[in-house]
Amino acid sequence: MDKKIIGQIHSIESMGLNDGPGIRTVVFFQGCRLRCIYCHNPDTIPFNKGMEITLEQLINKIIRFKPYFETSNGGVTCSGGEPLLQAEFLIEFLKLCKKNHIHTTLDTTGFGVGRYDEILKYTDLVLLDIKHVNHRGYRHICNGDFRELEIFIEELNRFHIDIWVRHVVVPGLTDNEEHIKKLNEIINTIDNVKKVELLPYHTLGVHKYKSMNMEYKLAGIKDMDREIVRRLEKKVIIDNYSK
Amino acid sequence: MFEKAWHGFKKGNWNRNVDVRDFIQKNYTPYTGDENFLVGPTEKTKALWSKCTELIKEELEKEVLDIDIENISGIDNFSAGYIDRENEIIVGLQTDAPLKRIVNPFGGIRMVQSALKSYGYKLDSVKEELFTKYVKTHNQGVFDVYTEEMRKVRSAGLITGLPDSYGRGRIIGDYRRVPLYGVDFLIEKKKEDFKNLDGFMSEENIKKREEISEQIKALYQIKNMALEYGIDISYPAKTGKEAVQYLYFAYLAAIKENNGAAMSLGRTSTFIDIYINRDLELGYITESEAQEIVDQFIIKLRMVRHLRTPEYNELFAGDPNWITESIGGMGIDGRTLVTKTSYRFLNALNNLGPAPEPNMTILWSKDLPENFKKYCAKMSIVSDALQYENDDLMRKTYGDDYAIACCVSAMKVGKEMQFFGARCNLAKALLYAINGGVDEIKKVKVLDGIDRIDDEILDYEKVKNSFYKVLEEVAKLYVNTMNVIHYMHDKYAYERSQMALHDTDVKRIMAFGVAGLSVAVDSLSAIKYAKVKVKREDNISVDFQVEGDFPKYGNDIDAVDNIAVEILEKFSSELKKHRTYRNARHTLSVLTITSNIVYGKKTGTTPDGRKAGEAFAPGANPMHGRDINGALASLNSVAKLPYEDVCEDGISNTFSVVPQALGNDIEIRKDNLVSILDGYFIQNAHHLNVNVLNKDLLEDAMNHPEKYPSLTIRVSGYAVNFNRLNREQQLEIIKRTFHRAR
Repeated sequence: MDKKIIGQIHSIESMGLNDGPGIRTVVFFQGCRLRCIYCHNPDTIPFNKGMEITLEQLINKIIRFKPYFETSNGGVTCSGGEPLLQAEFLIEFLKLCKKNHIHTTLDTTGFGVGRYDEILKYTDLVLLDIKHVNHRGYRHICNGDFRELEIFIEELNRFHIDIWVRHVVVPGLTDNEEHIKKLNEIINTIDNVKKVELLPYHTLGVHKYKSMNMEYKLAGIKDMDREIVRRLEKKVIIDNYSK
Repeated sequence: MFEKAWHGFKKGNWNRNVDVRDFIQKNYTPYTGDENFLVGPTEKTKALWSKCTELIKEELEKEVLDIDIENISGIDNFSAGYIDRENEIIVGLQTDAPLKRIVNPFGGIRMVQSALKSYGYKLDSVKEELFTKYVKTHNQGVFDVYTEEMRKVRSAGLITGLPDSYGRGRIIGDYRRVPLYGVDFLIEKKKEDFKNLDGFMSEENIKKREEISEQIKALYQIKNMALEYGIDISYPAKTGKEAVQYLYFAYLAAIKENNGAAMSLGRTSTFIDIYINRDLELGYITESEAQEIVDQFIIKLRMVRHLRTPEYNELFAGDPNWITESIGGMGIDGRTLVTKTSYRFLNALNNLGPAPEPNMTILWSKDLPENFKKYCAKMSIVSDALQYENDDLMRKTYGDDYAIACCVSAMKVGKEMQFFGARCNLAKALLYAINGGVDEIKKVKVLDGIDRIDDEILDYEKVKNSFYKVLEEVAKLYVNTMNVIHYMHDKYAYERSQMALHDTDVKRIMAFGVAGLSVAVDSLSAIKYAKVKVKREDNISVDFQVEGDFPKYGNDIDAVDNIAVEILEKFSSELKKHRTYRNARHTLSVLTITSNIVYGKKTGTTPDGRKAGEAFAPGANPMHGRDINGALASLNSVAKLPYEDVCEDGISNTFSVVPQALGNDIEIRKDNLVSILDGYFIQNAHHLNVNVLNKDLLEDAMNHPEKYPSLTIRVSGYAVNFNRLNREQQLEIIKRTFHRAR
């Protein structure tokens, strides 16, 4: 393995406590193909705008946080941007983490460039971000092809990895019961889902659009009511829930 | 007498000699369960505390409630005072009324005069004449001896906060000795020591004999003071309530006699637990009464006041006394020292609401019972009133019966005492290295023998060498200055009552300190890794232009963090080259409390991009907002600073995190905070203040203080009521890095 392989990352958050179990260090990969209308990290979208880091540099940084991973059953979370897009760097990085006994989590939309079997081989947990429940919804919310998600799910089902499904609930867009019912149906096509997190839409990332001179398409939409989200979350029932 | 008081206790060396640790080890009951046994406050406690909160409110409006100008500080110079006799189960106040402050001129009369004047009081002419004309004070002694160089570094603020005009504090009497043995036994032991000190009357021997005589007098006075309240403490305490009462009298003697900067309590909860436990087992008291004893003790500690100047308050806001109580930890035999009373102490934060005093300090070990770890985390999240210090690290040097004085200073209780020495301003020292020993603010030469650097672009090796030269010069001056101060303090303001509760053969520690570490480190990093151009006026640097980026302390980057380690090792080894007064052991701390603001004010623009007058980061913290890789990276940088053999007086780190960043609900937050503490301390980090709060809340509290009467936050080594900080201090805290979720 070539420790000089270079990755493009946006940043590292050494303490992430909301992206997987325990204390996690989150590596934000730079670059994404989707254009989610509510993206709260728009600065991670463009390619080649991140900082270059070698595999060796990255793993050396991560290893420093092992004391916290060990005390909390935490580990590393690859997020983004979309980590799947830097397949080679990601595979080698995940391999190195496993070699160092670090738990790996992949925070993804499933919109990558293939080599999923290699990636998933070294992944302990997938946080699968489902944007919508049908073709039209995907085109509208993130300008993506729903089929790509289906392909990724097929791939996931070939492995026995723990999966947490996440879904952003936006007022007037993805917050009705009918929609959540459909989401539930999709969830039940995925094996080994351990948890479903409905994430209330928030406006904390909006200021970044201004500073990046980008138009914010959801301007005017308020933060999602957390109570409603909690109620919706209770409606999601995992059929093939397996321990 | 002893038979009855010690009934049911396992015997040991402690029965024959003063050995509190032996008593604890043979008799305490470790507790590994959870907090469900705890109870709320009794009606008496509620009534008493409500009266106290009224008084505190009144005091806040008036700045000081009252000052006793009739009497002079001393153990038994005041009549008995009460707050609410009906509801007060633990009695004793510093003066004859609550929150009435003592005049203590022995540290320095000028400090007292200026404090009195600023609150509209005045000493009568007899007392004033007495202390200006006839009685020499510590402050006068020091200034009689100071060299010109010492005066210069002091006035420029290169070495700053020196206890040369106020009480040095940081001495912890072993207050537990009074309830365990009664005062008479202690007097007998001191008399034996006195008798054994004969032979050649060297200066040290004469000094020792005089000190023991003073200690014995103090012990009689402590008895006398307690009798004023109708309580005879000649013999050992027989119950939990008596144990707390006697212990409090012993502490009270210390704060009637001394106005030290930090007047810490020690490590009392597990000791007290032995008595409370015996009472509970015998059915003498209920859990509610046990909690009442603890709550009322803590109320008393919250009513302690000292008379200080407004300038002092500018440095250390909110009337702090650092009544530090060290809780928890592990014994060297592997049993935890956590007891039910450790929980009861923390529970007082629920029963009385959060407050800065006493300064609750958790001695953290990876081996602490999980239940206790979680309870501490919970109390941190709800109160922001706890600090944590690494017991696994300190136990190696200080054993398992040490306590923390002030913020981070460990010492064996009753066996070691400290000569407190404030700190050296490292950021200023770095500017001296560039400006040839000339002070950048005062524009006068302070240090001789330092060559000015005239380069347009600073060269790392050259600056570093010059900086180290400055540190060598400062170390020499610093040790000598401290020698003068503590010689005079022993001579003119000897802490008789506290030293009476130490072994006669006490070990001494001389505690040096540094401030502005992160500024000096980032400055050197800028010089090393970027291009730093100097702008000068009259050969003195006024500004720096930095081209290019450089690694900053607080991001877990060795290239810069190692500079911090190197500076500390260098300074520590330089200090150790110089002999100390009474052969004290040299230690070093990285600590500023809230004085980081004032030190910043007095320091010119530095090469790291910090402008003249801007605050330093507190203690060993990375500079505000420069730790950009999240909390763990920041913690890891601080964890690299060496404690053993280098900074054995403590390394203070204040950590602020927004609640959401710790997880989505209280259970997860508790677990995560425990894991963070474990992960941090496993790496041999020393100290952590934990604040779990939102910046918005602090901003709101700034504008609407009435909405947050008990908002307590940890600053650097102590907690403070947010409303008692001045606006500048509040803004500085808001500017600090708050680790958040993203």
